[in-house]
Amino acid sequence: MSTEVAPEPVRSRRFKFNWVDGFLWFLRVAALIAIVVGVVGSIQQFADGEGPSAAAWRDLIVSSISTGSMYGLIALGYSMVYGVLGFINFAHGEVFMSGTMVGLISATMLFENGFWDSNPWISILVVLVVAMITSTLVAVAIERVAYRPLRGAPRLIPLITSIGVSFFVQYSFAGLFGVAIRNYPPAPSQLSGNVDILGIPIAGTRLLVIGVAVVSMIGLWYFVTQTKTGSAMRAVAEDKEIAGLMGIDVDKTIVTTFAVGGAMAGVAGLLWALLFRGVDFLTGFLPGIKAFTAAVLGGIGNMPGAMLGGVLLGLFEGVGPQLVLAGLGIPAVSQLKDAVAFAALVLVLIFRPTGLLGERLGSEDRV
Amino acid sequence: MSLDPLTRRWGLIGGAIMAFTGAIGMLVSFDERILISPILSLGYLTLLLAPAIAGHMAARGKVSVLEEPEHDVAQGAQKGLVAGLIAGVFAVVFMLAVNPFDLSEFFPNINDRMFDMMTFDFGLGLGSVVLIVASALAGAAGGAIYGLDDEPREGVFRSAIWVILFSLFELVVSDVIEVDAIVDLIYARGGGLHIWSAIIIGVLAWWLGVRYKGRRAELTQMAKDSEAGSRLRWSLIGVAALLVIVLPMLVGGIVNELLINVALFILMGLGLNIVVGLAGLLDLGYVAFFAVGAYGMAVLTSPLSPAFSPELNWWVALPVVMVLAAIAGVLVGTPVIRMRGDYLAIVTLGFGEIVRILILSDWLTPFLGGAQGITRIPGIPLGATSVSGTSPELFIYMTMLLVGVAAYISYRTQESRIGRAWAAMREDEDVAEAIGISTVQAKLLAFVTGAIIASFAGALFSAKVGTVFHNSFDVLVSIIILVVVIVGGMGSIRGVALGALILIGVLGGPKSQGLLGEFAEFKLLIYGAILVYMMLQRPEGLLPSVRRSRELHQEEAAQDAWLDKKGSFIEEPEASV
Amino acid sequence: MSDRTPVLAFRDVNTHYGAVHILKDANIEIYAGEMVCLLGGNASGKTTTLKTILGYVPPTTGHVELDGENVNGWSTAQRVANGVTMVPENRRLFKRMTVRENLEIGAYLRHGEDLSEDYDRVFDLFPRVKERLAQKAGTLSGGEQQMVAMGRALMARPKVLLMDEPSMGLAPKLVAQNFEIIDRINKAGTTVFVVEQNANMALSIADRGYVLQTGRIVLDDTAEALMANPQMREAYLGDI
Repeated sequence: MSTEVAPEPVRSRRFKFNWVDGFLWFLRVAALIAIVVGVVGSIQQFADGEGPSAAAWRDLIVSSISTGSMYGLIALGYSMVYGVLGFINFAHGEVFMSGTMVGLISATMLFENGFWDSNPWISILVVLVVAMITSTLVAVAIERVAYRPLRGAPRLIPLITSIGVSFFVQYSFAGLFGVAIRNYPPAPSQLSGNVDILGIPIAGTRLLVIGVAVVSMIGLWYFVTQTKTGSAMRAVAEDKEIAGLMGIDVDKTIVTTFAVGGAMAGVAGLLWALLFRGVDFLTGFLPGIKAFTAAVLGGIGNMPGAMLGGVLLGLFEGVGPQLVLAGLGIPAVSQLKDAVAFAALVLVLIFRPTGLLGERLGSEDRV
Repeated sequence: MSLDPLTRRWGLIGGAIMAFTGAIGMLVSFDERILISPILSLGYLTLLLAPAIAGHMAARGKVSVLEEPEHDVAQGAQKGLVAGLIAGVFAVVFMLAVNPFDLSEFFPNINDRMFDMMTFDFGLGLGSVVLIVASALAGAAGGAIYGLDDEPREGVFRSAIWVILFSLFELVVSDVIEVDAIVDLIYARGGGLHIWSAIIIGVLAWWLGVRYKGRRAELTQMAKDSEAGSRLRWSLIGVAALLVIVLPMLVGGIVNELLINVALFILMGLGLNIVVGLAGLLDLGYVAFFAVGAYGMAVLTSPLSPAFSPELNWWVALPVVMVLAAIAGVLVGTPVIRMRGDYLAIVTLGFGEIVRILILSDWLTPFLGGAQGITRIPGIPLGATSVSGTSPELFIYMTMLLVGVAAYISYRTQESRIGRAWAAMREDEDVAEAIGISTVQAKLLAFVTGAIIASFAGALFSAKVGTVFHNSFDVLVSIIILVVVIVGGMGSIRGVALGALILIGVLGGPKSQGLLGEFAEFKLLIYGAILVYMMLQRPEGLLPSVRRSRELHQEEAAQDAWLDKKGSFIEEPEASV
Repeated sequence: MSDRTPVLAFRDVNTHYGAVHILKDANIEIYAGEMVCLLGGNASGKTTTLKTILGYVPPTTGHVELDGENVNGWSTAQRVANGVTMVPENRRLFKRMTVRENLEIGAYLRHGEDLSEDYDRVFDLFPRVKERLAQKAGTLSGGEQQMVAMGRALMARPKVLLMDEPSMGLAPKLVAQNFEIIDRINKAGTTVFVVEQNANMALSIADRGYVLQTGRIVLDDTAEALMANPQMREAYLGDI
């Protein structure tokens, strides 16, 4: 060993650590203070009759939850892949985008020959199926081409690869479908009103979104806990080698994991259509990162965590700016929605990287 | 001749690529650029490259680590022919299936121009036949090339590459050779090489390669041997430096503009190289430091800076900007010190985006100009004149100066104590801590150094363009710089330069065009494909530092050795044989 | 003995790790119903033997046989599907799954078969396991986990059960208990091949034993003969 790298005197090293820890504590305290002051400010504003009305707050919360449940479905894909293979599948946002984009094509075709208006519910079902199939196919194809050869590589390499895949898919879709933003045809009229749930009027589309998300989660839960394939997925996620020893086809199970994550992203694609209607090739980028944040927030590898994280993130980015930032006197807070989501990402990864419900990693990735 | 599944698979892949490149509009777009006038355009090269590669891979067959592959031209050509045939048929089936419908509403690039191009303008009937034949021939050629012995094969590749380089770099060459008459001898009026110039270049490349093969081997050998090699390396660097200094004077404004972009990316690449390549920290939000430099300079020098307008001189403002960047480096680095690699990557991405959103926000508009940004940023004062983007021939030298400084910093840190600390940290953090390296200090130093170098680029950028606004600072820039560093070779200065030259120079940067405008729509797709390819085949990059190559392939070697990884749960109580 | 086909056999197996020669001309035969042990110290090649059976290490020369069939080139999954099951060292249960789910996964390859007999057998051998069916496997004690691991292996109705160092990491009292259970499993009809460092324990329940030294089988005899063998007593059994 070179004598030039002399050992640091212990005292000085501990001093450095204290400095970093001190900085982090300062951050925690500052964030906490900012949040408290902001919330108090908002309450003040509300009491003074400024800012959003009670009804507006209520709508904000509902829409945040519905957006959040969409994030949760996308987050499942990130969570499952991280649990099984130990890396962030950056391209999962594009898996989501592909579903909603191709769903859009089918929706437009249905709209053009009048089917959309005459049979709205069947049309939505068709879009759902198309989106799910597309997303699943894209996810499986990506795994086969870009990730399978990298099994066992240090985790940054598949991450970087997934960034490359993400670009490739984005710009392939740009080339195939053009760069203009397209809109889904309008939602069926039955959805346009409000539905009364427990005295709270909820917009029809939002209710449908939450409903679909809940049903999908239940379906997924059933699949993963009660079926043989689901058990195999859980076994492979926990300990690939021993799972192989049980006779489980590890490769096929990994493909299934990607497929299921893709299918959920496809469902999310339909939900995007209902909530936001506009789609282009860049649609997957922000929701992708936000969904990853949600996955980490809930605890990566942990499926209930992904859903919980999604809803929470929806609330953070939806309600947060109005609740906290407006209270601090910052103008035009809705612009900062994405920044709040990113800030949530940063704060979670700094202060609680294992997430709220704990992370679930495979045996190779656990420290 | 039986159809072996590998040949069939490559044929289908080739065909799929042909259909894909057609459907996204790449073929039509590339058709605008003529490589060899009048017979070969970039579009047709791309179209036929797919079956050629399919033929090559089919001829290669299954790669066995143990056996030496046989080289047989006839066999290779045969397999290649079949693969190319399948590819062509696939492409034709695609066209026939799609043609009857008007898909332009959903697939704007599947249009008449695509069909015309893919059928060689012969119409769907005859054109399909021509396509199949051409594809089969391309496949056969690709397969035959595989079948050649090493020397002729290298010769063919060398010739092809030099011809393509000369045709793509037409603008640079014609700028350097200012005499129109000579340029007309080489290049045709409408663009592209004359057939005879292509032939001459090809033959020359082959011949020179063969002739000097021995000499080249000698030189490479000498370069490895430290003493004589060191002198050789320094003289090569000297020659390269001389060329680099002289080049801007020879070329015109457009190329100089391009060179400035390349140089800026080399600058940022060098900075990111320190963070990613040397210290092993995957920073996806590097553009934030670039923004600090650019906006810092803008606020300090522009008379139109809202809120705060000291209107300093560029040179005076530069140290201030550097300090700001260093602070930013600490602010970003400290929270992420303890994170594992992939989380660090995403957090830094988040930081980068937060910075961009804040720049754009109404909240900070009073300070940073919001969506309009800050304009009227003065150029760099040099004596009597002010150097900015309006005089690219001068500006490029300013940029080169700072690139030199950054390169020097890179080089010195790499060889120094901190460089070794980074290397140790990269290998195994815990061990590094155990032998007394403060990883906290090392990581922060990496971030700060990287941030300062990025701020150089930002300061230059401000002065060059005269305006800064949020659009220039999105995540795309961070990722492109990362691709440059990775493709060029992590940890290697030459690698970064080469990466920037090839990627930014030829394909174009995130917001700017490269040498070839046709690539513009597709460059990010190509970037993505290149990144994936590099990670799968050559993660150490094109010109890696030797150490890095060893590191990455060591892990590979450990994985290739199934003995090591597979069944590792069956452990010996004490690890030994 | 040469009339019956061994369930598992090594025929002149040599393996290498790069240039290093590990297993040297290994010949092993294990017949149905037997309990055979493989003894040896560190670096003797015991680990490699297991890896070779499971297909993680291909023999450079020679081959492994299952029921007389040459299985060189077979994947691990194929071998498992043909009756080779292993209880890994350190148990390696699926800690996040319940005991019941662990047992179920053991029978993964037995599609659609009725498993009640197998469950009964496991509960018979390990009554404590039955009590803990709904618990997550990670919450069980070390000894209980070992039982679940063995039960999981039994659910596959293996033709030959491989055991990798069953004594490792267990308190001595549990070790004796463990071996007693392995004995019971064998008496109930399962063929067992135990790789073990603790020669005393292994020979006390085995029918036959092989002794590996630096990759070569140096002794191959019945358990009683090995226990009486003076070289063995000195080197592996301690002076009894």
